[in-house]
Order: sequence, then structure tokens, then C-alpha cells
Amino acid sequence: MLQLERRPLPSPLMQWASPLIALMLTVITGYLIFMAMGRDPLRSLTFFFITPLSSAYGWAELGLKMAPLLLCAAGLTLCYRAKLWNIGAEGHLLMGALGASIVAVELRGHSGAWVLPLVLLAGMAFGAFWAGLAAGLKTRFNANEILTTIMLNYIALNLLVYAVHGPLRDPFGFGFPQSVMFSDSALLPKLIAGTRLHIGWLFGLLAAVAVWVVLARSFIGFQLNVLGQDSRAAEFAGFHQRWLVWFAFLVAGALAGLAGASEVTGPIGQLVPHVSVSYGYTAIIVVFLGRMHPIGIVAASALLALTFLGGEMLQIAMNMPKSITQLFQGLLLFYLLISDAFIHFRLRFKPAVPAPVTTENAMTTQEG
Amino acid sequence: MSLKHSLLFAAALAMPLHVMADDPLKVGFVYVGPIGDYGWSYMHDQGRLAAEAEFGSAIETTYVENVAEGADAERTIRMLAQTGHDLIFTTSFGFMNPTARVAAEFPDKTFLHATGYQHADNLGTYLSVTYEGRYVTGVAAAMVAESGVIGYIGSYPIPEVIRDINAVYMGARSVNPDIEIRVVWVNTWYDPAREADAANTLMDQGADVIVQHTDSPAPMTAAERRGKWGVGQASDMSRFGPQAHLLSVVNDWAPYYIRTIGEVMEGTWESQDYWGGIADDIIQIASISERLTSEQHSHLEGIIESIRTGEFHPFSGPLSDQTGTLRVPEGTTMTNGELAGMDWYVEGITATYPQ
Repeated sequence: MLQLERRPLPSPLMQWASPLIALMLTVITGYLIFMAMGRDPLRSLTFFFITPLSSAYGWAELGLKMAPLLLCAAGLTLCYRAKLWNIGAEGHLLMGALGASIVAVELRGHSGAWVLPLVLLAGMAFGAFWAGLAAGLKTRFNANEILTTIMLNYIALNLLVYAVHGPLRDPFGFGFPQSVMFSDSALLPKLIAGTRLHIGWLFGLLAAVAVWVVLARSFIGFQLNVLGQDSRAAEFAGFHQRWLVWFAFLVAGALAGLAGASEVTGPIGQLVPHVSVSYGYTAIIVVFLGRMHPIGIVAASALLALTFLGGEMLQIAMNMPKSITQLFQGLLLFYLLISDAFIHFRLRFKPAVPAPVTTENAMTTQEG
Repeated sequence: MSLKHSLLFAAALAMPLHVMADDPLKVGFVYVGPIGDYGWSYMHDQGRLAAEAEFGSAIETTYVENVAEGADAERTIRMLAQTGHDLIFTTSFGFMNPTARVAAEFPDKTFLHATGYQHADNLGTYLSVTYEGRYVTGVAAAMVAESGVIGYIGSYPIPEVIRDINAVYMGARSVNPDIEIRVVWVNTWYDPAREADAANTLMDQGADVIVQHTDSPAPMTAAERRGKWGVGQASDMSRFGPQAHLLSVVNDWAPYYIRTIGEVMEGTWESQDYWGGIADDIIQIASISERLTSEQHSHLEGIIESIRTGEFHPFSGPLSDQTGTLRVPEGTTMTNGELAGMDWYVEGITATYPQ
């Protein structure tokens, strides 16, 4: 009979094989689902995974979608390595969008190379401030960061909605909830002409590299890792835990804030109520799928970006429902959690122990 | 392969083979909600199906539902343009700037944006004059609201919604001068749970009739459960509240879509700002409750008829705002331009204007 048995050491092979297995199982399940829907499964999978990338424009859109995911995920990686469960990237991102928009609207009509950096810095500052609230609540009052960051997400959303309906609303926009279009000096330069890909994508890559350097090469990264693995050890070693919490949160806030700023100064070009399509939440999946490793999150953010594009493609080309996107994301996470179990456990075949079969025994065996 | 070639390749991949043969007009629809919302997006999709039935194989339609009003909308609209769609309807306000950007890139294709105000040679706008139906709603609501309180579930404080709140209030006031209207803002077009919460809050505050400016049938169901009245939005929602259903203000886009698609096929289409109401059958009052008396029925029919003939316009003066300032002098009627930017409540509404 099959039994799960704890491995003496976590398997390094499974650590990296697990996301690939999960992806494979997702594709297989997707194949079966398309078949059950009476659609040509190969054609459907092609539309989902291949067609979005069959043109330069498609690749540019992938990069565009990756940028906010990667920026949020890079910051969250720092937090999660230290077992600081910051769920607030969505809120940091929205505040970043808000901060950047305030400055961009204020500086409308100014031209000059200094405008854009100021706008982006404002986004980072707002994001960091928002994350700082959660950090302060944790270090000062020992408040659970999962709860505070989730609640701060809702407050951030409402602040943004208030701003876009009130002070930041375009006075000549017939009262509709959106700001004026930003002037060109506040817009991110395009990376490839003729596409929407802007330099925010490079920010994402840079952030991933920076996080990698911090985690792998710096003392503060070492401290964060230790804090995550054994907080008592960190305490004995005399690490300043509060300081570490502040560091991880402020960086995560600033990066997610930059993501929000890049959305409003990039593809949108103004502040609207729907800046984010849950980028901050999807970034959590990205971090876990990417094994909390900077290289991993680059690949994972590309993959999740592709699920968005592929879902749209299936809708347009084959009139499939939008929920295909969430279905694939959900399957991916589901299989990842299952495969992750095999990092710490392995399957063992054990001959059944002969025992007198009584109801009581049967129950204990099942429970065990 | 050059960019253009790969795009064409992608477009060809996305097209079923038979398209090449008789070359029908490809029409794309972009919806903000799910087609199963039984409200706004559902009715646009019904319009799409009616157009398909009308034109048969001469057109081919595609819809994309649940499109977020942020950065994604532009990609979706562009994808439709790139995959050979000649006429594209984008059916939510938040799609305005993305539609305008894509329209500028594809000058040989036609774009129509619902509820917006940006125009170009190949970009027109269209709107249903819901306030006509709302005025009738107000009249009917005041007839049945024994508590003298009408509850209004507001989506976003935009001119369309402000206009409709005013219209409901003015209709209700014509029956009961002491009527009160309470508004709860939910900041969403479609969220059944929040809509139901808002309906319950309003009923807790004494509202006997729930008017919704959101798209799900949840408020109607909530009103049914508590033995109050509900007013259907966009589609006929009578089956969601057999007892509660007072009437539905139906958006029937079929006449508009059929006419516009025909014009584009014949090449006679011109960019315009289209407002369609009761007279055009774009707005219809459906399934007025049998629980109303026959006098009440004929009173309502009379008002509907006077709006249809143009004899009566809900926004004719004199109209004052909440501060008592006269906004529309006697003998004048608000223009579409003024209505498009309406940002004040009429005198008598006690709710605070949202800021």
C-alpha cells in the first residue's frame, strides 16, 4: 500500500521539478477539458500557448503584462523569504498609481526630462508608505501582517476610487471617473516602437536582479533568509528583526508602487478606477511558482502573463468563456501545491500490515 | 518574418477557413461584464444575436466578455481589429480612450463606443436614454411605496446615473410630493453580493421599492425575499421576482445594432453621437406588475406615450438644484450636451451629492 513518508532532507530535484510537473499536468488537464467541451484540444492549446506569441506584437504584450507582475513579485520575494506574509502588493500598487497620478496631473503642461522620474518616485514613495503602515503595525503592535495588508488593500482601492471621482477627476470629462490624460513628458518611453511595451519591463528585470543580489550576496539578504528559516536563531544572532521587517516591506512597497506608476504612465496614460487586474494578488502565485527565487519569478511571471493573453485569444478565436484564464491559473496553483508535497515527502510502497480487521482498526488506519 | 506578416499570420490562424470564401462583415463586441449577467452585457449580446439572425451569413460576430476597463481593453480591441473585424462595438464607458487609440490606428475600420464622448471619422458613440424609463419607474414606484421611501442602488456617480436618480425622483414626485429617495453607492456595475447588501441596507432604512443601476438580478431577488418591490435593469427581470417585480427598464439594442451594421455594409454609415430612447424602441418598459390597478396601468401608459411622442420631456424647466438655484428656466429643456455632463441633484432630493 502506498504511503507518504517524510524525506530526511527536502529534495532539491523536486524543488525545481515541481513547477514543471505542475505545468505539464495543467496542460494535460486542459487538453481533457477542451476535449470534454467538444473543442479540438490541440487547436485550443495552440491558441492558448502559441498564437499569442506568434508575432512581435504578441511578445511585446507579454512583456507589458509581465512588468507589473514581476515588480510586485520581486518585492514579495524578499518578504516571503523572511516568512513575512505580505499580501498587500495590490494595495501598494494602487497607492503607487495614485501617487504617480497626483504628481503627473500636478505637473501637466511641464515638459522636461525631470518630470517622469519625479512621477515614478512619487509612485514608489506612496507604495512604500502604504507598506510602511503594515510594517509599523507589525513592529510596533505585533499585528498580523496578513490581516493588516489585506485590509490596507481595500482602503487603498477606496482611496483611489475617491480620488478619481473627486480631486483628480478631469474637470472637462463630463464627470466621468478618470483623470486628464497625462502629458507626454510624464509617459514612460516605449521599448519597441509600434508596440505598447515600455521601459517598465526593464524595471521589472532590474528589480529581479537587484533582489537576487540582495538575497545571495548581501548580509541583509542573509539575515532575511535566517529570519525566515528560524526566527529564534535570528534573535540569538542579534539580528535587528524590526529593521529587517521594515526593509522587506519598504522595498516591496516601493517596487509594487513602481508597478502601479508604470501602469498609469505606460499603457493607460491616465488614472482610471481599474488600474490593476489583481496584479498584486497574481504576483503571490508568481512568487510561489518561481520558488521564491529571482530567476524563477521571471519565468513564472512570463507564464502567468501568457495565461491572460491565451485566455483572451481563446475567447476571440474560439468563443470560449473568459473563465478559461482563471481555470488555468487555478489548475497551475493546485498542481503546484500537490507536487510541492513531494519536496518534503516521498511515496513509499509498504506491504500492508496484517491485522485483525475490526471497525476500530480500519478507522485508525484510515486516519493515520 | 516581418511584424506585419506575422500579424497577418496570427490573424489567419484565428480565422476559420470558410471565412475566406464569401467574405462576410466581421463584427466584434467587447463587453465589460459576463454575458450571463442578465443586465447590461446580456442585453448587448441579445442585440448581437438579433443582428446575426437578421443578417445570417452576411455577417460574422465575435464577442469578448468580462474585459477589464484598464490596460487590457486596448489589447482586446486591437486583437479584434487585427483579426479582420471591420466593425467593433465597445460597450462600456471605460473603453473610451482605448477605443479611440485603436481607432486612430485602423482608419479603415469602424468603431462604436457606448456612453462615451470621443469622436473621430471612424469612431462614433451611442447611448440609450435610460432616464426616460427611469422617469416612468419613479411614477410607478411612488404609486406602491407606502413608506414614501424609494431606495436607489447607484453604481458610479457619473452623469448617466445622476441623471437617472433625478428622473426617478421627478417621476415619483409627480405622484407623491413628499417622496424620499435614498441612494447607496456600490462602485461596481456587477457584483451580486454587494448589490444584494445594498438592497438590504436600503430596505432596512425603510425603502419599499428598490431601483437598481447595477446589472445583476440580486437586488430583485432580495426585494422578493422581503416582500418589497424591485425594478429590473437592462433586461426583463420579472422572473427573478414574480411578486416583487414592478417593471423593468429594458435596453433593447437590437434595432440600433441592426441599423448600424446595415449602414456599415452599405457604406452609408457616418460618425455621430446617437441617443436612442422610448421613441426608437431602444428603451422599453417591460412587464408592468399585474398588482397595479388598471387606472395605474393606464396612467403609466399615458406617460410612456407622451414621452414617445415627444410631448413630454423629463428634463424640461423649471428645474432647480439642491441649493434652490434655478438651473433650467421655464419653457426650456436641457440639451443632450447639458444632460451628458449633469452633475447636480434636483431640488427635493435629500441625499448628499457624492463627491
